[in-house]
Amino acid sequence: MKIDERSIKIWSTIGQRATVGMAALELVKEIDELIIVTCDVSTSAGLDRFRKTYPNKFIDVGIAEQNMIGIAAGLASENFKVLTTTFAPFQTMRCLEQIKVNLGYMKQNVCMVGIASGLSLGALGYTHCCIEDIGVLRSIPGITIISPSDAFETVKAMEASLKSINPTYIRLTGTSNNPIVNKADYKFEIGKSIKLKDGDDITIFSCGSMVYESLEVAKRLEQEKISTSVINMHTIKPIDKQAIINAQKSKMIVTIEEHNIIGGLGSAVAEVKSTIKNYPKQIFFGVDDKYSKGGSYSFLKENYRLSADMIVKDILNQLNHE
Amino acid sequence: MENSKKKIELIKSFSKEMRKNILSMAFAAGSSSSHFGGALSITEIVSTLFADQMKIDKSNPNWEKRDRFILSKGHACLAYYSALCEVGYISKDELLTFEKDNSNLLGHPVRNKDLGIEFSNGSLGMGLSLGIGLALSAKKRNKDFKVYVIVGDGECNEGSVWEAAMAAPNFNLENLYVIIDKNNFQQTGSNKQIMNVDNLRSKWESFNWYSREVDGHNIDELLYIFNECNNIKKPKAIIANTIKGKGFSFSENNNDWHHSILSKSFYEKAIKELG
Repeated sequence: MKIDERSIKIWSTIGQRATVGMAALELVKEIDELIIVTCDVSTSAGLDRFRKTYPNKFIDVGIAEQNMIGIAAGLASENFKVLTTTFAPFQTMRCLEQIKVNLGYMKQNVCMVGIASGLSLGALGYTHCCIEDIGVLRSIPGITIISPSDAFETVKAMEASLKSINPTYIRLTGTSNNPIVNKADYKFEIGKSIKLKDGDDITIFSCGSMVYESLEVAKRLEQEKISTSVINMHTIKPIDKQAIINAQKSKMIVTIEEHNIIGGLGSAVAEVKSTIKNYPKQIFFGVDDKYSKGGSYSFLKENYRLSADMIVKDILNQLNHE
Repeated sequence: MENSKKKIELIKSFSKEMRKNILSMAFAAGSSSSHFGGALSITEIVSTLFADQMKIDKSNPNWEKRDRFILSKGHACLAYYSALCEVGYISKDELLTFEKDNSNLLGHPVRNKDLGIEFSNGSLGMGLSLGIGLALSAKKRNKDFKVYVIVGDGECNEGSVWEAAMAAPNFNLENLYVIIDKNNFQQTGSNKQIMNVDNLRSKWESFNWYSREVDGHNIDELLYIFNECNNIKKPKAIIANTIKGKGFSFSENNNDWHHSILSKSFYEKAIKELG
């Protein structure tokens, strides 16, 4: 696949979800048995061109997510490489038991892409936001969960998932003009986190849209003479245990995610950390287990103290209390 | 009805062997109990498929050209396992491990390609969607295998059945057959008491399926309908009118046998009745 500065810029401009369609147009050249199954959302996932160019590799099942997963699993059992996509809450929770039985229990290889997860659709209300997907899917054995840090990593995650033998969920966050975290080609490996910045005092683990925010946080903490590591935990399951073990020497660790603090990345990190003796304290940033009043993406991020400014403030407060 | 007597006798004897296997497994299960009634209602349907209609390779359960079978009403797995035993994929000894610790044969099918169990089923309303996926695969690759899905009448309470029912005609899946086991009962009572599923044929027809009703225990009729369906260029929904617990005086139309323990005395009575 052609990866250069220009394509990275285009992907970032159109955002993670529209990138799905562009990436599919490239991936189909390498993966002949690719089939995409959707629920009346081809335009939302940037799949119009794919639908027109490869009508035989595109199945729209209408607004019927349970049926989508069953059909995808049937195709996967005949060794097609299947990618399903719709809005994150419908891609995960509407058909959760179908995912459990068909993909978890039967270990069938389907790559699910949940578009517009997190808080980006806040103006439409919490039916369309998704702060629960990582939590519910993490409890199903055998499902890999990836939350790409930018649109470029979305392409990488799709490629890795379609080539993997395990069922996968790719959680897309952010909007168009998705900030670029990964500026040049790099090695992406499922389950292997990426240290984007090194520092001794604090380690930040984050995923999805919050990775870029975390880099901003680190910059500002540096100005306060607090040396900060930033780890892109693009894979939430299987979690990169070694990266968590390696952070033991920090004074504090911080997890930042656009997800409920119950069940998400913070919980996954805490599960590992709790088994390690003398591990530093963890601060959780995320949605604090409630459905607030809705509003724009930026309004909701402020509301849940997920902007760089507020995160820095809260971290400094915590450090002062130590 | 021009089906040869010989063919009918063969399927009848396959059904009888299946019932024997069902009795051995239900008896071996002991106090862990088994879904007895719903397995007996589909026995003739399953035997007509495995002994006659479906293309299978008795020496290779994974033969690529085989017709695919999905037991969406997975709790009726006694009938499934007993047919797979008659085909030769599961041994008589293994049947007796039914519902035992570490068994391959649990109270709902667990996918096992070596034993010919195509999918894990048991949570109702999921099998037809899988069947659509398989039928689509065949069409996309120009393969001529067929897909048979058995669904329960109680199972038709599940909304996901109707998502799939709506989709199959859209995809022109003439290679897809759904057989609805209309035994008129579900777990805690009759369909009428719990959730009325009358007029199934017109329901499926209105979703644009080719739909027929048949006596699900009459092999001659089953063969006739399957053969007729084979020439129809639409997905097929066969409503099979059946008797829950069919074959034994104590269990026929007696919903106490939905999930029950087969005691020694009932086992012996049943063996005697089977002849």
